[in-house]
Amino acid sequence: MNSSTEIARGFTSSEEARREAARRHKQAARLRRSAVVVILYLVLLAGAALFLIPFVWMVTTSLKSRSEVMLLPIRWIPAQWLWSNYTQALFGVVPFTTFYKNSLIIVAFDLIGDVFVCALTGYAFARLRAPGKSALFILVLSTLMLPEQVLLVPTYVLYKWFGWLDTLYGLFVPNLLASGAFYIFLFRQFFQTIHRELDDAAKIDGCGLLGIFWSIMLPLSRPVLVTVAILSFLGHWNSFLWPLILLKSEENYTVTIGLRYFQSYNTESSNLPLLMAASIVALIPCLAIFFIAQRSLIQGVVVTGVKG
Amino acid sequence: MTQASMTIRRPWWQRPITQEALIFYLCLTPWIVGFLVFVAGPMISSIYISLTTWNVISPPQFVGLRNFVKLFTDDEDFLKSLWVTTYYTFGAVPLGLIVGLLIALLMNVKLPGITIFRTIYYLPAVVSGVAVALLWQWIFNPQMGVINGLLWLVGIRGPGWIYNEQWVIPSFIIMSLWGVGSGMIIYLAGLQSVPTELYEAASIDGANKVRQFFAITLPMISPVLFFNLIAGIIATFQIFTAAFVMTQGGPNNASLFLVILLYRHAFQYFAMGYASAIAWVMFAIIMLFTLLVFRSSSLWVYYEGEVKKD
Repeated sequence: MNSSTEIARGFTSSEEARREAARRHKQAARLRRSAVVVILYLVLLAGAALFLIPFVWMVTTSLKSRSEVMLLPIRWIPAQWLWSNYTQALFGVVPFTTFYKNSLIIVAFDLIGDVFVCALTGYAFARLRAPGKSALFILVLSTLMLPEQVLLVPTYVLYKWFGWLDTLYGLFVPNLLASGAFYIFLFRQFFQTIHRELDDAAKIDGCGLLGIFWSIMLPLSRPVLVTVAILSFLGHWNSFLWPLILLKSEENYTVTIGLRYFQSYNTESSNLPLLMAASIVALIPCLAIFFIAQRSLIQGVVVTGVKG
Repeated sequence: MTQASMTIRRPWWQRPITQEALIFYLCLTPWIVGFLVFVAGPMISSIYISLTTWNVISPPQFVGLRNFVKLFTDDEDFLKSLWVTTYYTFGAVPLGLIVGLLIALLMNVKLPGITIFRTIYYLPAVVSGVAVALLWQWIFNPQMGVINGLLWLVGIRGPGWIYNEQWVIPSFIIMSLWGVGSGMIIYLAGLQSVPTELYEAASIDGANKVRQFFAITLPMISPVLFFNLIAGIIATFQIFTAAFVMTQGGPNNASLFLVILLYRHAFQYFAMGYASAIAWVMFAIIMLFTLLVFRSSSLWVYYEGEVKKD
């Protein structure tokens, strides 16, 4: 209906008027489009502000004086930038350097397990033929469904029996034994996409089955290796529940447990700047990794469909 | 060829062990040892422990199903915990799905500088744990926190947030929305894999953007929604660190999530049997939710190449 009236009008009106109408229509469309773009940017900026405000508040609070944090309205730029809050937090009552060292030891072993041992396991599932393989693979996947809370009590008892309570062993030995079922799955999926002709060529050159893993599979798997390494680091660095139940003495604390311990030292709100300074230092490795490997992390998450 | 056809006829336990199979088991040794010692063993003993009362020091006493019966008939804390955890899950998961999807739709618009926004929105998802919990504890502080500070500017006296029984769960839901970026990235991948021809065809047929969203986008990304829904339920049900650091289950047990209750029984009261029973009930509930979602998925999840049966 609409179009037929338009056609009728087109026939009756002069050529010039029609051109003028078309021009106006185009202009209106362009205006509407740029209005939409402006609104989109405003929405994006408002959202970005919501997401960033907690970080900004954290940083400015960590640099404020103890009395300044109490002021209303909130001062977003400290009157004085107290960098000494950081040295006070890190080298004060609580030995944060020890906590950092412990966390780094645990995360280093966990990385070896999650990246290297899981890759080897994934390679076996992707390439080697053996009886019982598919049953074992289903078993690996089924451990993904098991919530760790079910294992909390019996593992605690087991560690007590091993003499592993209040040591770092319990926090990395299981990971050295390829406990990352999801990573095994990722590696297997990735290795299956590598062409078998490469294996055959290597075999002809006298390469053994383990040699193929080392000199063909690993060098070709950079994307999945990086993704697993990042996910593993973030997961273990932030881990809280297991260290909380296993570690008892101060010299064994990880960064997360140390932070909580630090919080119990600084219950009065006047110590808020120190608490925020310590929290920022605990977050720095995660943020650094995020900014260095942002592209491969986002791509990896997209490819593997994992939560970060 | 001949070797392969020979091995097919025999069942696997009669076949000669090849060198390849030996190397397979060699590669799998770490996993097998780890599975037996740190997963299968503890799991089986956990079933037994849940049928006992045990304080770790004296030997366990078998009580049958008494722990489970007590949980559902004579434990107000547990029932409250069940309610609190369910309330949080039913609030945080759907909201997280919707907000994550809305942000992903925004991120899918081709605008200059959109990758900067993508980074900003994703950033909170990589930080987690105690430091973030401490941060939010103070963001929610009624006197000095950011939220009430900003509300004060416009003349509103904000609530007590995590220090108020009614507001503590909504507070945790708000906090969970801050980390919505992880789901957003997965939606974005889904959105970008929707073929553009579908939209072109639809706009030729005269479908507007809203219609296109419901008729094309939503069905095409329903598998991603499905994944995020399951992952969201499982993760949300197991919330611990934030609540442990920020409220310890308070005020008046209003944020007593199931894992907090489990922790209390296991590592504060040393009631290992009772704690194990809680763990298994939790496991059963998570499995139930997951199964329900799976069973419903044929109604609303669309897989490409699938033919609808009448």
